[in-house]
Amino acid sequence: MRGHAYDVAHMLAGGLVLVSFMLLYQDRMFALLNIFALHALMLSGSVAWQAYIQDARHLYVPALIALTLKAIIIPVALRRVVIKLGIHRTIETVVGVGPTMLAGIGLVGLSMVVMLKATGASVDPLSREDLAFALSVVLLGMLMMVVRRNAVSQIVGFMSMENGLILAATGAKGMPLVVEISIAFAVLVAFIVVGVFLLRIRERFDSVDLQALDSFRGERR
Amino acid sequence: MSAPLHALSLEPIIAILLVPCLSALFLALLPGYWIAARLNVTASLVTFLYALQLLGQRPAPGYLFVDDLNIVFVVLATFVAFTTSAFSASYIAHELASGRLTPRYLRFYHAMYQTLMFAMNLALVANNIGLMWVAIELATLTTVAMVGIYRTHEALEAAWKYFILGSVGIALALFGTILVYMAARPVLGEGQDAMVWTTLSEKAAGFSPELLNVAFIFLMLGYGTKVGLAPLHAWLPDAHAEGPTPISAVLSGLLLNVALYAVLRFKMLLASIPTAIPPGPLMVTMGLASVVFAAFMLFRRRDIKRMFAYSSIEHMGIVTFAFGMGGALANFAGLLHMTMHSLTKSAIFFAVGHIAQGKGTQRLGQIRGLTESHPVLGWGLVVGVIAIAGLPPLGMFMSEFLIVSSTFARAPLLAVILVFGLLVALAALMLHLNEVAFGTPIGKTAPVQASYVPLYTHLALVLTAGVYLPQPLVAWFQSVARLLG
Repeated sequence: MRGHAYDVAHMLAGGLVLVSFMLLYQDRMFALLNIFALHALMLSGSVAWQAYIQDARHLYVPALIALTLKAIIIPVALRRVVIKLGIHRTIETVVGVGPTMLAGIGLVGLSMVVMLKATGASVDPLSREDLAFALSVVLLGMLMMVVRRNAVSQIVGFMSMENGLILAATGAKGMPLVVEISIAFAVLVAFIVVGVFLLRIRERFDSVDLQALDSFRGERR
Repeated sequence: MSAPLHALSLEPIIAILLVPCLSALFLALLPGYWIAARLNVTASLVTFLYALQLLGQRPAPGYLFVDDLNIVFVVLATFVAFTTSAFSASYIAHELASGRLTPRYLRFYHAMYQTLMFAMNLALVANNIGLMWVAIELATLTTVAMVGIYRTHEALEAAWKYFILGSVGIALALFGTILVYMAARPVLGEGQDAMVWTTLSEKAAGFSPELLNVAFIFLMLGYGTKVGLAPLHAWLPDAHAEGPTPISAVLSGLLLNVALYAVLRFKMLLASIPTAIPPGPLMVTMGLASVVFAAFMLFRRRDIKRMFAYSSIEHMGIVTFAFGMGGALANFAGLLHMTMHSLTKSAIFFAVGHIAQGKGTQRLGQIRGLTESHPVLGWGLVVGVIAIAGLPPLGMFMSEFLIVSSTFARAPLLAVILVFGLLVALAALMLHLNEVAFGTPIGKTAPVQASYVPLYTHLALVLTAGVYLPQPLVAWFQSVARLLG
């Protein structure tokens, strides 16, 4: 049973990293949102599995939030935003896909080395690998935010990063406040991102491309 | 922990959270500007008075706790929040009159102001690293909303940038928090205990040093983003320049300190384990980089609020540097410098806010001869800039002198770099001050409806501290400095 539990957790967390890579090379807005839904689905499965093997019922709450909010509601909402703003075209990248993927591989390698080295015998292998995967997802999310100019893809990058954090928090056995933190994140994403910013940015510029936002900062001669 | 019905018998530690929280609710519902601004001031004053009570009576640690370290931050935060709310009342009246803000946004603004106070006080007194993280995140979100409140092109850009960078910082900090929990779990067991400050600092010696090392790097980068340290500062100038000026004052005077408080707490945790990497060098490096970088950036600024935002980066760098050096004297100086910076920088923003309103611009090139056109504000700004540049006889001279002299004794090379940064910053500030404050006035010279009391109260405090530090205050700061190790 122990080996079995470990394998499934490993597979789901590893799947999350894989989907993070898939997010990196998407060049269509809708495809990006679909992959993000898959990302959230993967997270939901992973968290639910952690809840099951740790016998921690409260962890089903973050799993449920991931499933309903992040895998369904937010992708659908963002999809509507994309349609409404008419930006379902190619996503502009700062760095090409090739170098981005290479950088991503480098980051995953880095997080493996760092986490596996840092967590010696003091941590059980399950949460140890979980943390390494989680850090990879976080770093890949950050990478995505860096290489994309577009506001929607930055939001997706941020949410994938946040998924990594939820994975880490649920993997850390018995950590208090996990539910609260996942709710706080959900509120953050739902309210700020979708509501306030996109609507305001839309209202003023008819564009969610951050390059359009980047021109003026009160200091031009 | 049930709040007694009678407001006066409320425990101060609960009150400093409850008062802002309730008034935020009220302010969200109150329509009138006049009464809302008054209520905002009153609530901030009441919070400050309760915070003062905490000086005398320390409650037993539960979910919340007060010790020698965070009480300094709490008192400072509530005091500056109070004076800023007084400044905000007159500032906002002008914004309303000039039509930059509508009454609906004002309601939002006031509610957010109190929510921010709640979040900051919670972050400071929370006895749980997770709760502290949530509070700092809440504080970030409220300030993001307020930075974007003018809804101009630049304000939205600033808010977006702040939101993205702040979120990344916050995310890194959460990862660090999880790692701290993982490090503490083998010793303290699963559950609450492994995240509570009081138990963490008691049992720190048994934690796995490797995990804590990694955790501290994440925490330093995460909360360091919020402190505005050099490689991660990009959000700070924009957020300061584009938001309402009271928010710039609170950001510089308070929020940066709150983030620094988080860093300090984790530093203390790490420092109590001899086998872990010493946290000092990382802080010293980031601090010095901020000082030198910001000093050079000060020269070419064309926007007055952005200029003082860079000066905030510089001073947070100095404070971080001092705490990174450690030792009784440097810690004492760092604490003093942080206090002085909060008071001075918010005073400067009070002056700048009214100046920008009177002149109708924030561009340095369009502001000239303030001491002639607006003598009270102009001279207030002059004194403020002299203070912030670290010239005697004001308070920051003393703290900077202590930092530099204690560094010379231990690491002369670092001190040379620090002094170099300080001098460059001094030159830049004096250059700009000369243009802005003296000479023939240009632009609008109509008098400004301003409240001078908050500005001059802060300046008087800074001057007093520079000339004479009361013995109890010195003893208090010394005991905190010892605590910081």
